[in-house]
Amino acid sequence: MKRLRLALLALGGAGLAALLVAACLDLPGFGGRSHPYGTRAVHASLTRRAANTIASVNFDQRAYDTLGEMSILFAAVLGCVVLLRQARDEHRAQPQPAEVARPVRRYALIVLPVALVTGLYVIAHGQLSPGGGFQGGVVAATALHLLYLGADYRALERIRPLAVYETSDALAVSSYLVLGLAGVLAGTAFLANTLLPYGTFNTLSSGGTVPLLNAAIGIEVASAVVVLLANFLDQAVEIEEEHGS
Amino acid sequence: MTTVMHVLPYLVAAYVFLTGCYGLATSRNLIHAVGCLAVCQSSTYVLLLAVGYRDGATAPVFSDIKPGSRPVVDPVVQALTLTDIVVGATVTALLLALVLQIAKRHGTVDPDELRELRG
Repeated sequence: MKRLRLALLALGGAGLAALLVAACLDLPGFGGRSHPYGTRAVHASLTRRAANTIASVNFDQRAYDTLGEMSILFAAVLGCVVLLRQARDEHRAQPQPAEVARPVRRYALIVLPVALVTGLYVIAHGQLSPGGGFQGGVVAATALHLLYLGADYRALERIRPLAVYETSDALAVSSYLVLGLAGVLAGTAFLANTLLPYGTFNTLSSGGTVPLLNAAIGIEVASAVVVLLANFLDQAVEIEEEHGS
Repeated sequence: MTTVMHVLPYLVAAYVFLTGCYGLATSRNLIHAVGCLAVCQSSTYVLLLAVGYRDGATAPVFSDIKPGSRPVVDPVVQALTLTDIVVGATVTALLLALVLQIAKRHGTVDPDELRELRG
């Protein structure tokens, strides 16, 4: 039975590999000069004075797709919260504070504010330099968890009231929608970047609505990562099965 | 030589994808299977970035280079890769949450031992 399964896998894998190699040989050569979509995206980004073309693609030219992506993130967080909730036959144990080695504690407490500011910087400069809401949000959210490494779980819980992060996650999602609808009310199209002046190239306020949408995504990603990690950490640290049930 | 270089990055993507598929099909542990799915997904990053590369080009960010002074790589596929990474991370989180529930309800994470349905 098992050998039959492996033989079937080998057959299918060989067929798929042959098809993939044939497809690769037919693709335009690696490093080629012709990138018509890329050239047009760069041109559109420069006319709207966004220095980081990728941010312009994400929050201006493909802002509607980013709305979908953000909804996937929101739905996944919602799914995790529902799946990882405390079940009827479980109870919460109070985690005991553990001894942390002094160098670890010192290093974590020094790096925490630096990492947090770095995350906020990456979010704020999304339309200027590499990075943006998605990347900076993850940096800022993980920075908070240095407190778990440097101190203990209760210290982390004190600076991380979950309800606040859940609310800000939802608020960030709705603010993205509201920014899109503002375009409709102003007489253009949903999520069209014509609402605000484009500003001066290579400054914090350039790019029209790009920095605003970018900030909304940054808040959403940071809160979503905090909520996700909190649910997994709760399972590992606090929630225990009822004995004798 | 050059013809090999022109397809090699695409072949690497295909290889990474097939490796992930092999791991998924022979996995004895659901957490390992979720990891294999992440390997499959990372092959799409390699493919997308390879499609967008241009010889001698730099990142499509104009805060420190003058527009038009240097060729830049394709920003559209880079944005697609970013989307891909975000969706991949959320799917991994959701699947791991499901595995956690399976481990609690059935006491095993071996897919072959999960046979009967339970209400």
